[in-house]
Order: sequence, then C-alpha cells, then structure tokens
Amino acid sequence: MEYKPIRKVVSGNYAAAYAALHSRVQVVAAYPITPQTSIIEKIAEFIANGETDIQYVPVESEHSAMAACIGASATGARAFTATSAQGLALMHEMLHWASGARLPIVMVDVNRAMAPPWSVWDDQTDSLAQRDTGWMQFYAENNQEVYDGVIMAFKVAETVNLPAMVIESAFILSHTYDVVEMIPQELVDEFLPPRKPLYDLADFEREPFSVGSLATPADYYEFRYKIQKAMEEAKKVIKEVGREFGERFGRDYSQMIETYRTDDADFVFMGMGSLMGTVKQAVDILRQEGYKVGAAKVRWFRPFPKEELYELAKNVDGIAVLDRNYSFGMEGILFTEAKGALYNTDAKPLMKNYIVGLGGRDFTVNDVRKIAENMNAVIEKGELDVEVDWYHLKR
Amino acid sequence: MEIPEQVKKKLTLPAEEYFYAGHTACQGCGAALGLRYVLKAYGRKTIFAIPACCSTIIAGAWPYNTLGANLFQTAFETTGAVLGGIEAALKARGIKVKGEDGVMIVGWAGDGGTADIGLQALSGFLERGHDALYIMYDNEAYMNTGIQRSSSTPYGAWTTNTPGGKRHFLEKRHKKKVIDIVIAHDIPYAATASVAYPEDFIRKLKTAQKTPGPSFIQLFAPCPTGWRSPTDKSIEIARLAVQTAYFPLFEYKEGKYRINMPNPKKEPKPIEEFLKLQGRFKYMTKEDIETLQGWVLREWEKLKKLAEVFG
Amino acid sequence: MSLNTLFGEKKAEAKKIVFTSVDQYPEAPISLGTTLSNFTGDWRTFIPVVNEDKCVKCYICWKFCPEPAIYIKPDGYVAVDYDYCKGCGICANECPTKAITMEKEEK
Repeated sequence: MEYKPIRKVVSGNYAAAYAALHSRVQVVAAYPITPQTSIIEKIAEFIANGETDIQYVPVESEHSAMAACIGASATGARAFTATSAQGLALMHEMLHWASGARLPIVMVDVNRAMAPPWSVWDDQTDSLAQRDTGWMQFYAENNQEVYDGVIMAFKVAETVNLPAMVIESAFILSHTYDVVEMIPQELVDEFLPPRKPLYDLADFEREPFSVGSLATPADYYEFRYKIQKAMEEAKKVIKEVGREFGERFGRDYSQMIETYRTDDADFVFMGMGSLMGTVKQAVDILRQEGYKVGAAKVRWFRPFPKEELYELAKNVDGIAVLDRNYSFGMEGILFTEAKGALYNTDAKPLMKNYIVGLGGRDFTVNDVRKIAENMNAVIEKGELDVEVDWYHLKR
Repeated sequence: MEIPEQVKKKLTLPAEEYFYAGHTACQGCGAALGLRYVLKAYGRKTIFAIPACCSTIIAGAWPYNTLGANLFQTAFETTGAVLGGIEAALKARGIKVKGEDGVMIVGWAGDGGTADIGLQALSGFLERGHDALYIMYDNEAYMNTGIQRSSSTPYGAWTTNTPGGKRHFLEKRHKKKVIDIVIAHDIPYAATASVAYPEDFIRKLKTAQKTPGPSFIQLFAPCPTGWRSPTDKSIEIARLAVQTAYFPLFEYKEGKYRINMPNPKKEPKPIEEFLKLQGRFKYMTKEDIETLQGWVLREWEKLKKLAEVFG
Repeated sequence: MSLNTLFGEKKAEAKKIVFTSVDQYPEAPISLGTTLSNFTGDWRTFIPVVNEDKCVKCYICWKFCPEPAIYIKPDGYVAVDYDYCKGCGICANECPTKAITMEKEEK
C-alpha cells in the first residue's frame, strides 16, 4: 500500500490520542490533570464512537494509573497513559516499577511546571526529575513529532523492553492546533506489529512464575546492569526505527540530536522540545544577519546521545544550552548532562547555560537573538561571564 | 507423594497442593496457611498481585517461587490498581475471567497494605467494579517491617510503636472496620474468613469465583512473631477470635448479610480467652479489657442487627 | 530420594540456582524454580512425632500445616516431611487424639 498521509488539523494532545489509537493500544489507564486532559478525553471519544475497543480504566490517581498500566502490560497488553507535572511526580515510584519489571509502557507527559506556586504552563522540570527512573524520554518539538513520537516510542520500547515517555509542551503544543500528517492504519500496523511480551501473566502453559521478587545483593546488581544494556541497545534501535520511519513516512528520525545548520556553525543552541522550533526560526534570521549559528535539538534525553553530542561538540567553539528546567543547587539539567558527557573527550567547546521559559515564560525569536549576541561576546572573549544565566530575570 | 484415592474422599479440602514448601514464613504463620488455601481453591490458572508485605518474602526470593500460580509483585499501595490493569488486559485480549474455566485474579495484601496505604487503590478497585478478588490477610500490624501498629491493630495491643512502658502507651484506637468500608461500596460479594475454618474460607473463595464483579475477603491470619504467641497456638487463637465474636465470620452478598460463626443465638466466649494466649495483650489492665470487650459486643450486636434487618 | 513429601518429583527436581555470569540471568526479574530446594527443617527445635496407634486418620494436621510438610502415606497414616517441617507444633496442638507429640530434637 502506497503511503498517502491523512492530514488533520489537531492539537498536540489530539495528535497524542490519535497516535495511541493508531498504535492499537489495548489498555489505557489515566487520571485527569491540566493540560493532559484532552488526550484521555479524545481516547474516550474514540471508544464512545466505536472506533476502538480499548479497555479504559478511569483510575483514582496517577499512581494507580501507572500501577494499572503495569498490571496490564505484565499481562501482555499494549498499555498507554498520559499525565503532567504533579501527576507525573505522584507516579514516580511506579515509574521505577515499570522499568524494573521491563514493561514497554508508553506515556505522554505534557510538560508543566511544578507547584508551588501553582502553574499550569510549560516547564521541563517535571519530566527531567524522572531522569533516573529507567524510562526513555523523547521530547517533541511540534504536534507532528508528538504523533510520530508515540508510534515510534512503542516500537522502540517493545524492542528493548523498557518504558518510554513522549513529552510535549503545555499549551504551546498540547492546546495549539497545527496540521499533522497521520498514517493510514494498515501502514502503522506494518510498521508496528503486535507486541511480543518478554513474559505474560496470562501464560499458564509454562511453569508458574513470579515477577519482581526480592533479589538479594548477590543478584540485584545484575538486573540493574541489564537495564543499562537495554538503554544502550535502545540507542541503536532508536536510530534504526527512526530511519525506517523516515523511509516509510518521509520524516527521518535517525538522529537522536537533530542538527539544524550546524555544519559550519561557530556556535550552536542546544535544547529540547517546542522551544527549539523558535530557535530554528531564529537561526535562519541570525544567519541572514551574519551569525554563523546552528541548532541542536536533543530529541532523546534518555538514553542520552553522548556520541552524537561529541560529534557536534568537537566542531564548534561554543554551545549555548537552553534549559527550560532547573536542578536547584546546581544548574539547568541538560547543561549538566551535556558537560558531563563531554568531560572525558577532547571536545572542549565553551558551554554556557541559559535558563529560559520556566513556568511558561514567553521565549521568542528576539530572546534567541539576545542570547546569540551574548554567546558571541563570550566566545570572542574566550571566557564565560557567568556559567548559568537566569536570562529572563527582572533585575 | 500422591494422596491415596480412598483418602482424598475423606479430605475436607482439595487435595492438590499449589503452595510449595521451603518458603520462609515464620513458624506457625497464618498468612502462609491462607495462601495455601487460596491456591487449593483456585489452582494454576491464577494471577496473583502481592504488594509489599510478609507475603512478598513468603512467595519466594528470586529466583524461587512458592506459588504454583503466576505472581506479580507490586508496590505497597497499588494492589487494587494492579488488579484493575490485569483484568483490563485479559478483557482486551479476550481471555475469560472467573468461573470454572476462567482466570482468577487475586490481590493478596496485608492489613497495612489494605486498611492504610492501599485504601485508596482498594476503593478505586471496588468502585470501578473490576472482575477480581481482593483478599486482605489481617495479622493486625505491619509485621514485615517489625510489628508496627496499623489501623487494623486492636485496642490494647502492644506493637513496636505502641510499646506500653511507664506511660501505658499501647494501641488506643479500636480496629478499623475495613469490611464495613468495603461493603459501603455495595460490591456483589464481601466476607470475613479465618484460617481456623478453611472449609468455610474455601467455600467463600468459590463463591467469589462464581460471582461476577469485585469481591473482597478479610482473612484473619495469626502472626506468632508479632502477637508474641506460641507458634503452635495459631489455629487455636484464630478459632477463639471467632468464638469470642472478636472476629465474627459473615458474608455480604447482593445486599444481604449472613452470619456464619459464632452462633448469634448464643453468648460469645469472653474476650479474655482470646487475649490470654497472646503476649501482645499482656500489658492490658482490667479496664482495658473491659473497653475492648465492650467494643467487641457492641460491634457484634450491630452485625446481628444488620443480619436481622438485611438478612 | 524417597518420596517422603506432598510434592512428588517436584521436590526431587528442585535445584539451587546460582549464576556466575550476567549472561545467565533472565532479562526481567522472573523466577526460575520453586522454593522446594530450600530445606527449612533446620529451623526446628522441636520435632513432631506421629504415633500411629493413636492416629484416627482425620487429616486435621494435614489441613493446618502452613508449610505444608505433612503428607499421607498409602496406608492412610500421616507422616512428616522433615526436610521442610519448621516445628511450629500446630499439628500436635490441633490433633484431637494427641497422636502427634513435639519432642526436643537432638542434632
């Protein structure tokens, strides 16, 4: 069957819901939280309209949402959920459970700032605080990437038996409508075959078995290593799956860090998620103004694309890391990761951290220009003015 | 060794064993016995969800398994939610749940994991109507962490965080009536049971298997380690809990109450008979015992009334 | 090994599982055998002894054994699988004819 995309004008959340539908998700367990709600509302609508037989479990908390997904996934089903901020934080314990039990659950997290003070706007600290839970993390730049990301995440997750998070910005993507090219169901089916689980609680033909029993210090260690090996394997799988997706559907995702006009760049902006759309637009303008700049969009934060970062870093004088998140007592989280990843290499670009857009603070092309001017001065001088720049701060 | 055929007919419980010895339950453990009975009732085609509790350990440390069924070990507060997920997956896959040939989904959680940290997930499980059974095995404290009080610990009990001492710092609240909270959800089937009456317990397990929708059984399971009681007295203590009406056995089915034991027409035995076998109650004063006895009889009268009005 | 147990061949087949290389481990932490390879008999201080003269074959001891370690012989009498019996004494306490007694075990 020849690929002819179905174009729909949808919000990021609807893109996520359609992707779950087209991925033939079998169980959805979810709890409402702004700005995630329209994902699970849309899925309920699909069920109500008879478009799918998804088993929908309207749980009483996000903690239970993840626990129910875990139960479903351990029983061989393809499970999906979505949440945001406080909900994700409540799930934290069970995120470890999903990866430890090696269950390829896919979840959409709508990046939202953590309270207090209350905020419902875009901020990456919620998802980045789940960095060490053994989940893969894919950051979407736009609604199309939300849709593509969910479908690819299932394929990657089910290949390496680890859960995956697909992350989109609150409101900037979740509630903003854009054209998304959707894939006809038969072609998604070809790309994403039914799940072959590592184990299945409904398998009564085999010897009785338990999952997740107490492992003493003599054995726990090896299971941790297995997860790391699976993450390393995931890097290969992500590239293969991203390439296959491109060949089938025209959008290539084989780069874990999408590079944009970086080839001859003096310095690059590096960041994740929707803000990188703004950055790319700014790069085009800055190029016209004579700045030799590029953009590096980190698509996959876990597993972390160390090797791709090195390839990028060795050819530039500076990297301006844009963090819409913060680790208190340290700095922006991507900044820490990127510096750490390069430490034992010969790539030593000047690296500066710009804290932008926390709690949905507007981040515009003009902001990118100002950062470019500052970064340019830093590079010319050959030393940092400050390492971590609270760029928007009212002074 | 295969049990001889002529003996099988005499046995009051199913002969098949799906609970393997070599497990690491303490001597005289009521929870281990309870698991043995559940497996006798349901056999191989059972999916267990067990949260953090003694049974996490009893069910076998990796790479060993004590249960002759499939088991998912889960986090403390999640039993109800995991049951819901398992059931949803079976439905999605078109696999039959419950009935003679269907899959039994069983949550097996302690009193702490049910009455305290898991109460929310339990409520969600009951309210949503998942087709599974939740068993709370009640040993009346957090035994696996070293005998701390739970909301299911009775008045007057010693635990490691109600240690008595000079200030008589014992458990000062009465046992939480989890079964009443469960019944408030108006589920199809709820019951209390005791390891001292396995025939009754297995009959209730079979009823749960036949009844569509969520069911709940609160199983009284003595803990010699935590109750400071002799290991050989577990069954005797469990029996006395019923005979004193401290833990009466009853069923709630489709809106109707039915008392199984003790006989509602007779005076229950005095509570002292239940208390005196257990070191955990040895710090209770005469007034404490009167307080507990008063509560027991009050609750017993309430139950009898319920059975009379909604019988 | 004689089949002095409720578990037949399963007991004979039960093995200790020890891995020396990470490659031997399963990908997920799923169990690979039964606890039958773990003999808990050495926990015991007192040992149940069955007096067949008093045994009335009611099987109450079998019913209430939490291990379970009481099996039934072809002649219908009960016996104890001492590999597993932890010596809790429930069988002796529940026996209506006092056919089981707990005796201090010499080791």
